Parts: sequence; C-alpha cells; structure tokens
Amino acid sequence: MADADLVTTAAVDTDPDTLTCRQFVELVTDYLEGALSPDERARFETHLLGCDDCPIYLDQMRQTIRTLGALSEEGLAPAAKAELLTIFRDWNRG
Amino acid sequence: MSIDERIAERNPTAPDHAAADHLLVAALRAGEEAAFVAILERYQAPMVRLATLYVRERAVAEEVVQETWIGVLRGIDGFEERSSFKTWLFRILTNQAKRRGAREGRSVPFSALARAEADGSDPAVDPERFVPPGRENAGHWAAELTEWRQTPEDRFVSGETHARAKAAIAGLPPAQRAVITLRDVDGLTAEEVCQALDLTQGNQRVLLHRARSKVRGALERNGEEA
Repeated sequence: MADADLVTTAAVDTDPDTLTCRQFVELVTDYLEGALSPDERARFETHLLGCDDCPIYLDQMRQTIRTLGALSEEGLAPAAKAELLTIFRDWNRG
Repeated sequence: MSIDERIAERNPTAPDHAAADHLLVAALRAGEEAAFVAILERYQAPMVRLATLYVRERAVAEEVVQETWIGVLRGIDGFEERSSFKTWLFRILTNQAKRRGAREGRSVPFSALARAEADGSDPAVDPERFVPPGRENAGHWAAELTEWRQTPEDRFVSGETHARAKAAIAGLPPAQRAVITLRDVDGLTAEEVCQALDLTQGNQRVLLHRARSKVRGALERNGEEA
C-alpha cells in the first residue's frame, strides 16, 4: 500500500465489495444476530479474514456479551416469596 | 475459529425450550408448588426490572409483578402454548405495567424514548480511533487493538469486571439500558424483547448495538488502557 495515492484510497473507501474497519464495527450486532443479507455477510466475513484487528474487536464484543450474561441475578426477596406463595396456595385450593 | 464455526455459533441450535416450557406449564396446572417457586426464582428479578421501565417506583413495579403472577395463575388453564411461556408471561406483565404507568401519568412513553435513541448517528467506536478520510488506509484502525488476554474464567468472573459492566449499563440511555438488560443479562430473545417493549426488530437491533458497543468501550477503557 506504500504507493497508494489519494485517488486509489478514495476508491477503496467507496468500493462496494470491501468494508473498512469503521464500517465493520457497525455491523457486528447484525452479524451476531444473523440479520445481515448473504452479500453483507460475505463482505463482513471477507473483512474478518483479511484484518488483524477486527477479529479482536469481534471477540471483545463476544466477551462483553458473556460478561453481561454472568450478571443475571435470579431469586427473590423472602418477603415477596412468602406473599406469592400465599397467593399460590389460595389459588391452588380454589 | 473458522467461518463455519462462526456461523454455527451465530445460529446455535436452540435448547429445547418448548419441551421444558410444556413440562413447567403442566406442573403449574397440576398445582405443584415447587414448579411455581422455580418459575418465581427464574423470572421475578427480570420482571421487576422490566416493570420499572413503565412505572416510576420499585415498590409499584413489585406490585405490578405480583398482579402479573395472579393473572398468570388465573390464566394458566386458558394458556394455549402457541407462544413460549416466557413470551406469554412478559406480555401479561407489559400490559399490566402499561396500564399502571398510564394511570400514574408517566409522561414519556417508552416507544418515544426508543425511537429517539435509535435515531441519528451514534458510532460504536470513537471515530478518532480510525484513520481519517483522505489518508492511506482511511477507515482502518489507527492503532492496533489489544486482545483482552484474560480468559472468561479469570477476567469475566471477577467482581471488578461485573461492577464495571453494571456501571456501564447504568450509564446508558433508558431504552438502550432496557434492551441490553433484557437481551444480554436476562436472556430474552430478540422476538421476546420486541413484544415486551413494542419495538420493531430493526430498532431493537439498533438499540442493542449501541448499548453493547458502549459497554465494550467501557470494559476496554477500564481494562488494558487504564
């Protein structure tokens, strides 16, 4: 790319067959959600194979999602539980 | 990871939720208290979180959730299982919460917030991180990304990371916070979130994307570069 001039760079920028990293990061969620068209997905995956950094970015997004999944707090306060069980037992008898 | 593996990961075979749901509903109809407790423990916290999107106070949200459980018990015999149990449950909750919210005169409807937050430009990554237009490699990362080397076992189970992720979520605009909480924390599907929050699939994805991108950015800033 050492001999690339402004004209060819601009052409690369707007080439409909390639993505820049800046465009790539905006497609990550659509990719993970399976919402890209087959063409868009092909461009996304082509970029992924040819880029050193975007696979790291995608992996960080996946790690972020995993982290969020580990935040889930289940369970309920004993008072709420007792109240709801009373409701349940009444319903069950009725 | 190969492309095929990535595709497989993107569309994992869904666990057999339908069969599990069916058993749960049957047990509930049969009046099995253990089944009711299991459902309560699974859904109470996400339901309260969802209800607080529609009513102001947590105490009111808890009342709405209690009314929802009463509605569930009354309606379980008539539930035809054409949707998942969770979808049905969250639909009852949303209806109750909206009615209550309307009574309280909550001023900005959620749908308006969601539209406003999904609108306009909100880059996933600070544009400064990319080579500016007109230069060689325009639009590519200006500096190499650093891998988060820690494995999920050490980095992502740490209380510190959890605290950062929670703080990042708390700092999000309300509709983005709602979507990422329901999707990524509570594990609802895209369809379930659209139904619960009255969102289009497209807006749901935009809100999720903006929210996830910000949380990633917060974890990155607090991690390697701090």
